Amino acid sequence: MGLSFLHRRQGATPYLLLAPGMLFLGLFFLVPLGFLAYQSLESGSIDFGYAFTWAWHNYSGAITGYGTQFKRSFAYAGIATVLALVVSYPVAYWIAFRGGRWKNLLLLCIVAPFFVTYLIRTLAWQTILADNGLVVRTLTDIHILSPGDRLLATGTAVVAGITYNFLPFMALPLYVSLEQIDQTLIEAAEDLYASKWRAFIRVTFPLSLPGVVAGTLLTFIPAAGDFINAQLLGSTTNHMIGNVINSKYNELIDYPAAAAMSFILMAIILALVLIYARAVGSEKLTG
Amino acid sequence: MTDRISRRVFLRRAAASGSILTVPGLLAACGGGGSSPAGTSSTEAHKLAKVLHFSNWTLYIDVKKGGHPSLEQFQKQYGVHVDYREDINDNASFFSKIEPDLSRGQSTGRDIIVMTDNSRYPALLVQKGWVEKLDKSAIPNIKNLVPQQRNPSWDPNREHSLPWQSGFTGIGWNEKLTEPVTSMGDLLGNKKLKGKVGLLTEFSDTLALVMAYNGDDPSHITDKTFNKAIDTIQKAVHAGQIRQFYGNDYASALSSGDLIATMAWSGDIVQLQADNSHLKWQLPVDGGDIWTDNMLIPKGGNVYTASVYMNFVYEPKIAAEIEDYVNYVCPVLGAKEALIKKDPAIAKNPLIFPTKQMLDNAHTIDPAALNNEKYQTAWQNLISA
Repeated sequence: MGLSFLHRRQGATPYLLLAPGMLFLGLFFLVPLGFLAYQSLESGSIDFGYAFTWAWHNYSGAITGYGTQFKRSFAYAGIATVLALVVSYPVAYWIAFRGGRWKNLLLLCIVAPFFVTYLIRTLAWQTILADNGLVVRTLTDIHILSPGDRLLATGTAVVAGITYNFLPFMALPLYVSLEQIDQTLIEAAEDLYASKWRAFIRVTFPLSLPGVVAGTLLTFIPAAGDFINAQLLGSTTNHMIGNVINSKYNELIDYPAAAAMSFILMAIILALVLIYARAVGSEKLTG
Repeated sequence: MTDRISRRVFLRRAAASGSILTVPGLLAACGGGGSSPAGTSSTEAHKLAKVLHFSNWTLYIDVKKGGHPSLEQFQKQYGVHVDYREDINDNASFFSKIEPDLSRGQSTGRDIIVMTDNSRYPALLVQKGWVEKLDKSAIPNIKNLVPQQRNPSWDPNREHSLPWQSGFTGIGWNEKLTEPVTSMGDLLGNKKLKGKVGLLTEFSDTLALVMAYNGDDPSHITDKTFNKAIDTIQKAVHAGQIRQFYGNDYASALSSGDLIATMAWSGDIVQLQADNSHLKWQLPVDGGDIWTDNMLIPKGGNVYTASVYMNFVYEPKIAAEIEDYVNYVCPVLGAKEALIKKDPAIAKNPLIFPTKQMLDNAHTIDPAALNNEKYQTAWQNLISA
């Protein structure tokens, strides 16, 4: 009886199956987002409470007051994304094509450090990059750094931290898309007298683009909103927009300003993603 | 005892953390928080809890072989285990940690917290009704509170608070790496310290010292003197002189050598000297500041147990024990005598028994500035941007 019910109402089945996911998204994404939008237009203070007043000045204030931090966030996130791509592509390529029976173990090696919590991993970098640490001393000895230079509490450390922390989000999608490539296509290219390099540029790389697109998005989007790396590895002059939002929300308890900044951050990321998707072709997102 | 979290507690915590993850404070903003805190009913009011949850700053209690003798003594005497957590790094960020629970009328899971009177937060907690009244019937030792601490403006009769320690904000430096750094001018301007200098995230500490250096009065702040101080700091930040603004975490940076000199709290350095004997501390020649940290019972905390503990630390002998280790200024009458009896040399320690010259050279911050939103915003923009 139940089955015949489903048969008759076949049109409803997909919606029934979608319902849990939709409900989840609605409750835990759309509703809070609505609250956030509402909050971003409030004014007031922690002492006297907040009231909804269509306070658009929260938005204009955020842009005029914190333009530098917005720009810095996207610069850091952009550089870190490119670095992560450059570092992970050869690794993913090697595992996918040469990993053989070690594939799973090698993938585990990429993921293993990330069993340790984010905060601890970032704090570990404080020790690694410390002024009296091995890295700084070695770089000073071989004259890459001049005496008195430092790594910790610089923009370099922040970008390095972000690159490291988001590396698996780049490496894993790259691996998946490289692994799926039909190797006979590359052989065919070589049969047609393409050099190894040319075969890579014309066949392998284009076929791996879905992984590149997924990896860059998965890295860039959270990196742009990150504040832990800038807080722990940066100096006062390296703070990103995430630090400002954190300070507005947590220290000043200025919820409206923080909410407005979060919205601006979301809007800019969305715009950049759309431009990017258009540039590389949106079908690359889905493969 | 059973250490496993009961299912109900687990679900409650899960629900609480869930709401924190999504939209902290929103429920509060929408007028939620109708549920009453898990207050003690009258029949339970004079029963000790099994565990006392105590949140404090780092380097702020006696330590011996990884344990805390005074807390162990408390457990022996009253059968109450103290869950001692050093989870306060600075006033603002700690307040933000407990604010979502308090504004929703939920317990923070803490029975005693410690906040500084040179921040806006102790006054704000009292004014919002987010702290419990002390059970003074359980604190006969309150008579040992030094007279000058009995009537602070924000809690005139000490209904909600008792001092934990007082202390000074000054400059700490590593004498192996630099000549003595004894003025804020040196700290902010000495090129040899570039990038190796720390300032504090605490509004009052940093402003008071910079204002004193500028020749302005920190206990009477005007827009003009405030802006001048912000400019002074901003210049040092732009010049790359300042490595970072720190909470209590300046301690590890100074020990490891990432900092050569930093603003620092008086007793901390003495404790850090155990690991690094080259660390020195002094009030700046142009003036430092003095403050008092206060024990408070956040709403939902166990009032009776917390009060019994406060009574315990107001025992001169116990206070002396803690003092001997932390090197801050003790608010308990009789502790001085107990301490000198135990260790006569310590009477010469100016961090515990400040000289008149030190007291004259230490400012208190203008309380009106603490609640000035404009100042607070300018300050946060400076340290976080």
